[in-house]
Amino acid sequence: MKFGVVVFPGSTCEKDCYYALKETLKQQVRYIWHTETHISDIDCIVLPGGFSYGDYLRAGAISAQSPVMKEVKAFANDGNLVIGICNGFQILLESGLLPGAMGINRSLKFTCKMQRLVVENTDTPFTHTLKKGEILNIPIAHKEGNYYIPQEGLNKLRRNEQIVFRYYGENPNGSVDNIAGIVNESRNVFGLMPHPERAISPLLGSTDGIKVWKSVIEWKAGR
Amino acid sequence: MVKVRLLVTLKKGILDAQGKTIKGSLENLGYEKVKDVRVGKTLELYIDTEDTESAIQMTKDMAKKLLVNPVMEDYSIEVEEL
Amino acid sequence: MTLKAKDKERIVNLLGRKPTPTEEAMFDVMWSEHCSYRSSKKFLKLLPTKGNRVVQGPGENAGIVKLNEKWYLAMKMESHNHPSAVEPYQGAATGVGGIIRDILAMGARPVALMDSLWFGDYSEQKTQYYLNGVVSGIADYGNCIGVPVVGGEAVFLPPYRDNPLVNVMCIGIMQSEQMLKSAAKGEGNLVVLVGSKTGRDGIGGAAFASEELSDESEEKRPSVQVGDPFTEKLLIEACLEAASTKKVVAMQDLGAAGLTSSLSEMASKGNCGIEIELSRVPLREEGMKPEEIMISESQERMALIVKPEDYNEVKEIFERWGIDCTVIGKVTKERRFVIKSQNSIVADLDPKHLTESVPPYEGAIKRPNPKRVNVSFYNANKGIPELLKDPNFADKDYIYEQYDHMVGVNTVLPIGIGASLMRLKETETDIGISIAIAGENSSERAVKRAYRAIIASGAEPIAITDCLNFGNPEYPEIYGEFAYLVEELASTCKQLSVPVISGNVSFYNETNEEAIPPTVVVGMVGILHDIKDAKRPILKGRDNSIVAITIKDTKDELCAKEVILSSLDNIVSMGYNGRAGILLSLTKAAIKGDIGVIIVTSPIEDAAYWLEVKDIAKWKSTVNKKLRWSIIGKTTTDRYIQIKGQGQIDIGEKRNVEG
Repeated sequence: MKFGVVVFPGSTCEKDCYYALKETLKQQVRYIWHTETHISDIDCIVLPGGFSYGDYLRAGAISAQSPVMKEVKAFANDGNLVIGICNGFQILLESGLLPGAMGINRSLKFTCKMQRLVVENTDTPFTHTLKKGEILNIPIAHKEGNYYIPQEGLNKLRRNEQIVFRYYGENPNGSVDNIAGIVNESRNVFGLMPHPERAISPLLGSTDGIKVWKSVIEWKAGR
Repeated sequence: MVKVRLLVTLKKGILDAQGKTIKGSLENLGYEKVKDVRVGKTLELYIDTEDTESAIQMTKDMAKKLLVNPVMEDYSIEVEEL
Repeated sequence: MTLKAKDKERIVNLLGRKPTPTEEAMFDVMWSEHCSYRSSKKFLKLLPTKGNRVVQGPGENAGIVKLNEKWYLAMKMESHNHPSAVEPYQGAATGVGGIIRDILAMGARPVALMDSLWFGDYSEQKTQYYLNGVVSGIADYGNCIGVPVVGGEAVFLPPYRDNPLVNVMCIGIMQSEQMLKSAAKGEGNLVVLVGSKTGRDGIGGAAFASEELSDESEEKRPSVQVGDPFTEKLLIEACLEAASTKKVVAMQDLGAAGLTSSLSEMASKGNCGIEIELSRVPLREEGMKPEEIMISESQERMALIVKPEDYNEVKEIFERWGIDCTVIGKVTKERRFVIKSQNSIVADLDPKHLTESVPPYEGAIKRPNPKRVNVSFYNANKGIPELLKDPNFADKDYIYEQYDHMVGVNTVLPIGIGASLMRLKETETDIGISIAIAGENSSERAVKRAYRAIIASGAEPIAITDCLNFGNPEYPEIYGEFAYLVEELASTCKQLSVPVISGNVSFYNETNEEAIPPTVVVGMVGILHDIKDAKRPILKGRDNSIVAITIKDTKDELCAKEVILSSLDNIVSMGYNGRAGILLSLTKAAIKGDIGVIIVTSPIEDAAYWLEVKDIAKWKSTVNKKLRWSIIGKTTTDRYIQIKGQGQIDIGEKRNVEG
């Protein structure tokens, strides 16, 4: 399977995603610079974490206007796979590929720690090998992870079962309904605040991130 | 040259954690009469035109495209001819 | 201008005339204590700087050691005390920016940061003000550039209330052939300025750091530098990409005294000349005078030397990353630093007059006050439950959770306990590094605490960087503290055979004539051949013996090192005394590992290490007879920690700092 990791000016986690996919999961990966418009060779687009454009104006706001995002939108509308991690999730929200918006953590502080998540929906390419109710340990590292969506939008997310991960045990940022990760209605676009590319080795404290990547790899292999 | 002031604030009803914290600090300093604090940001745009109407319209377009997030934010515009 | 009459006289003698306004401003900053090290150089010469892994000792932007034939490690520590005292957020943030660029200038990719922060008593409002500002400043800058802060320390003691210390260490790695130096060379080569535009930031900053703080310093706030971590991130990527083309002849960062120090150093080191035209320098402000441009401390700027035929290739890289790249001058054969403004010469002098001709400070030295040197200002004379809540000894997760300490996927978790450990995925080997930072009012204690932290992680110490924080050296007693502690630093490092490859001195840490106690902060790196062999101070097994190793002198110290590093396969977990003794370390190890422990011998004088031993019979029969050790207890299946004379402590209880 071929992954494309988009690099925006200010992205910091693209090398970690590349490493996880290439070295740990033995997949084909390439980087996609934010001005590139050729992405048709890719099976799954990864929007990595970091501080694209310094998070200036709003996190992900300026990146959402990059030339590559026009292609990513078309790619997603064609039903192809897109995963946005942390800043990547923020970019998906600002692009309108996922509903809602991200605000500052309730504590007003950046928070980096291992976080427990509960799997709510296994009917997506990214979670179909997991079990509903399964608890995962995947690290978070963000200052703007307070997911917000107006009540009507939240009702829709719940009705359509678009909530994929919720924070378990405690909500680290105040996000509405403890939401940690969601998919779009057609389930091909996945945005999450935790970093699955960091949970890939016992040295790093957890290998649960591998499950998420393996899930999408196996889903694609089955097609 | 026209200077446009775009004031961006959080929509009413959205938790403003910064505002809440600042209100608490002001209370501790004795300013109990301050009942609410909302934190926003001001963008000053210096636009090369004499036509204030077109500057306002341009600002509204830019707000829609990039400068304001309609899910969480509201805005208002002030103009000053320089 | 802060230069004294004698210095001004010397300048006139050197030049054979009065200096121009631009030259005067340049001498003012270059001959300041902060830039010239005029009070400290003669003592720093005592430090051991050589070793079989040392590739670059003091004298460049950072020190470099060899990890293996292919990979080098760069390290340096710097202080940003005075700016942080005036504006804690930006002071700390730009401190991070500066040390990052020092590592970058060597051609290395920054991969880790650590901080040593000193404030007043925890309960003081001023302390909380500084603590919050400094930590969020470091966090916002480090997180944005994607370099993990992997550990550090925070100290809360009354003498630092008005003079906080912010010491930041950076580690970088590079392939051996990527290494760059700062000496300009090649007549006709281009002097290229990259990064942010130049404004009026920090003007007088170097001079500012060479003065004591007073109530007047409050108004100096406008001259404090403001950081832009987004630009720094782009700068890091662009500079490393440019360096990888092998088309960068030399690189130097712009720090204190900006263009003046950067270019005069490059010319001096290369024993050649540099000529620049100031109208080519991209400016952020209008109407800047030549001297302002030359001493501006605007952040996120680097200087490169590039051959004319390679310039387009280098420029393309910076443009792609969105970084300004401008030719501002050229390298010349004759060793002159010539500065033109709109084609008229505003400065023309031998660069070595700025970098080397500063008269050393010949002030009086008085024997230091024994109440201030080699004294421990901590009060660790408390029971374990009180120590767990004491701001100085409690867990610092409330600080390090604000740092993205995991970016780069090299950091071994958990952090915040013992030395910080990292694998280095970029090397495509199993090599690991162990990093420790330790500040004390004693050089010996600082070095030994860092040393033991490294050994306790199972690593071999290979190099030191340091920050020496003192008061005003114009007071003989303070100067005496400096001389004494540098000598002590030198002798301790020699005894333990760990070279000092870089460092920083910060003087004038006083307010209204009250100086901080002399504070020596040591940063040390150790190497592990396989990161999986690393040990943590986290108990792991049930019914394992706990051994304590005591150390009374240097012989014991070296013996302990030899025994520990050769017995790693029989050691399950291990810790060291730290600032409050091995019993606190063991308690934390039990809590973190969720394993009960019982200690039957307490207290243990001079205890330096505790070891959780797998096979105690093997240990007894094979251990070096010269080692001082004893069995003090064992791990249990209980849910509590029991220490003789202290009662029981429940493992599961959540503890918070209470100040």
